[in-house]
Amino acid sequence: MTLAHALDDWYCVAMLDDLPAGATRETRLLEQDISISNDAESGIVVTGKNGKTHPHQIAFGHIWTSLGAAPRPLFEIPEGDEPGRKLVPCGVVRVKCSPLRAVENFLDVAHFPFVHTDILGAEPHTEVAPYKVKVREENDEVWATKVKFYQPQAAHSADDGIVTDYVYRVPTPMVSVLYKTCPPKPEAQDVIAIFVQPLDEETCDVWPWMALYDDHSTMAQLIQFQQEIFLQDRSILENQMPRKLPLDPRMEIPTRADLTSVAYRQWLKRRGATYGAEVAPA
Amino acid sequence: MSFTLYDYVLSGNCYKIRLLAALLGVKYDSVAVDFHPGNEHRSEPMLALNPAGTLPVVVADGMVLTETPAMLAWLAARFDDSGKWWPRSDPRAAAEIQQWLAFSSELSATAGAARLHAILNRPLDIDAARAAAHRALRRIELHLSERVFDQGIWLVGDHPTIADIACFPYIALSPDAGIEHDAYPAIRGWLYAMRGLPGFITMPGIHAMHDQRGEEDANV
Repeated sequence: MTLAHALDDWYCVAMLDDLPAGATRETRLLEQDISISNDAESGIVVTGKNGKTHPHQIAFGHIWTSLGAAPRPLFEIPEGDEPGRKLVPCGVVRVKCSPLRAVENFLDVAHFPFVHTDILGAEPHTEVAPYKVKVREENDEVWATKVKFYQPQAAHSADDGIVTDYVYRVPTPMVSVLYKTCPPKPEAQDVIAIFVQPLDEETCDVWPWMALYDDHSTMAQLIQFQQEIFLQDRSILENQMPRKLPLDPRMEIPTRADLTSVAYRQWLKRRGATYGAEVAPA
Repeated sequence: MSFTLYDYVLSGNCYKIRLLAALLGVKYDSVAVDFHPGNEHRSEPMLALNPAGTLPVVVADGMVLTETPAMLAWLAARFDDSGKWWPRSDPRAAAEIQQWLAFSSELSATAGAARLHAILNRPLDIDAARAAAHRALRRIELHLSERVFDQGIWLVGDHPTIADIACFPYIALSPDAGIEHDAYPAIRGWLYAMRGLPGFITMPGIHAMHDQRGEEDANV
């Protein structure tokens, strides 16, 4: 619904490595055609309709832009700057689903054994133990903590099954960041994020990004591990009904395992971030 | 090791090799190639290996194979002692298998291309590709329907062959591009039979059988 609210957020629209000098990427953001070019003289330029230039910034290996008049500040992922991490932009995958549904799916643990079988979960280890969810008032972000789940192969670097600790974070409606146990370095956490670029309310381009401790895997192996996971989700996401994320609690019956999703939906509703959402008539 | 596969996890053609190797119980080395976003299949080292710049590539016994049907034929000839996956003593079966191997490139060029467009936004006349994919699906649907009258499940003969492996992935994955199977009951039965093969492995977009077992249990 409300495009106005969505316009004032920043969105990932290109991968920095994919835009060498002279290159241009034509894409769409919030129903507007935009182009991102890396001009030899003026550097990176984001151009929208009627030739209007939009601001851009570079963060997490990607180019971000906002189409609004008063963009809210871009969130930070300070852990990404820690020394020793391998930064892995994973490219872009198009999904015919609401951008909010892409984020909500990323927050869900219960589907691991069924959709990511023998990787992020396996039967009979299907129980989601109780965990904590709250909106952190200081920065108005949704956080889920103390999430634990048994995973046969938690990361490309994992040799055996482990109980993985997860922390999930939603800093802005179309981004989610998770922190999970790093198998070769159990005292540290890997960081995995999805940056969702809304093309319209029912189509998005999803840019996964990771900051991992892994001295052994090749970049191609790390990227393919993430792509395998995300493409397993894609076919589920494209079949979810209703197409838009329902914010009316009467439309679906959540269980205890869905606490993060419930908090996410309430948080979206409270901020008026309803682009890609189905809001029941009053 | 028996062979080296230059592999991309989302490629249906690479999956054909992984799948047949799994069904035959063959272990191999695999090299992940960053097709997306890295375009590594078009990098100099990969072009030196395969000037066509395509995946998969199989290196084995001092030879480099770059055509998927040739890899399937070699895998079956080399590792299937039963001779059932590539029955070449029967001229008719051998010829029919060749027909389906050729037909599999039509599936790659239609349903496979539509999928690359849908997932990775590769340029394509998507309506033309979808229409051509449906024409290909109707052909295989007709054939599989006729096979059912002969109590046959597989494309050729009474055992799965490299023809089934060659045609399976881009048909199974076509819903990724919005090409649904609703109108193709014989194809749905054949896909189900493929997924039930002992040793079957999945790829993203092709799910394991446990969901089906769950439904059966629920109906008891």
